[in-house]
Amino acid sequence: MDMSLYPHAVAMSADEFMTWSSAMINEMLSAGTKKTVDNLTGPIWAWAMRNSMHPLHFGLACCAIEMAAASAPKYDAERVGMIYRSSPRQTDVLLINGWISKKIRPDIRRLYEQIPGPKWVVAMGECAISGGPWYDSYNIVQGLDQIVPVDVYIPGCPIKPDAMIDGFMLLQKKIDAYFKRGVFMED
Amino acid sequence: MADNDIIEAPSYEDTISLLKAKFGDKLVFRTSTKKNNRAINQKRRIFLSTDRETIYPLCEYLHGKLNYEQATSVCGVDWVDHLQVVYHITNYFTAVMVEIEVDVPNDDPHIASVTPIWGGANWHERETYELFGIIFDGHPKLERLLTPQSYEFYPFRKSYKLRGQE
Repeated sequence: MDMSLYPHAVAMSADEFMTWSSAMINEMLSAGTKKTVDNLTGPIWAWAMRNSMHPLHFGLACCAIEMAAASAPKYDAERVGMIYRSSPRQTDVLLINGWISKKIRPDIRRLYEQIPGPKWVVAMGECAISGGPWYDSYNIVQGLDQIVPVDVYIPGCPIKPDAMIDGFMLLQKKIDAYFKRGVFMED
Repeated sequence: MADNDIIEAPSYEDTISLLKAKFGDKLVFRTSTKKNNRAINQKRRIFLSTDRETIYPLCEYLHGKLNYEQATSVCGVDWVDHLQVVYHITNYFTAVMVEIEVDVPNDDPHIASVTPIWGGANWHERETYELFGIIFDGHPKLERLLTPQSYEFYPFRKSYKLRGQE
């Protein structure tokens, strides 16, 4: 039996472990293991993640009313897997709806960093996209993309609930493509 | 009637005559140029201006004697050559509103806070401070309200320019 596969059984030092593990990863990469695992598990990840997008329940402005309307029975956003969670640790989508004042800017960055990856960011409404009616304001950040990378922009002022669901269906395609491209052993 | 009794619902005329008797020529009563305004036609709004020394005793008198219980708003105006603080003080029983204008010079923007009289004026004064830079002496916590503490400018002053303006 090759004991090099069982580091806990042979009490390695940290340096030894790094050497051993990177050698093993390189071996798996060269042998095509990553590709095989990706082909096998990618569709499972994609199916699971795109059907359980958990946005952060973080209403900033009037678009939050549309977010609430989208969750209500008429539009029922839970059909596409949107369940709002109140802690960033339990979410994977940062949904920013509304103007971002300069005072809340560090908090939004912190919420983004608290979300465990892989994570996506949706800018909803004109204010979060570009500042909107608060163009050139002394107190409004001119777009969410100035502080965090944004995946999907949903325009409208305010957006309609069906536009929001459409945006999240676009995000589903993006999540799908991300996992099918392969995430095994990628940081 | 004892001198320290509260007049619960002083009418429009009573308020004017009592203020004139108490403060005399320190108050300047004005008439509005607006026509067809319901509040003015129904005699529900009193316009007056005063100076910085009189504002605190005036507000104390309005609250303690004439039962004006609500500071509806405290806001600022930048007239470029001077600043101005505008108070709207309301009586719940008669719905009469007293509008007080106080001029404040640009180089010494200090005025007495009315927060000890009406707790509701607290955030109004903080907002006026952060937007116009008018300092309310005696305010319990005069900090910026909605803009970051790091701001060193006052955005509602005419001297503050946005990028698109000259």
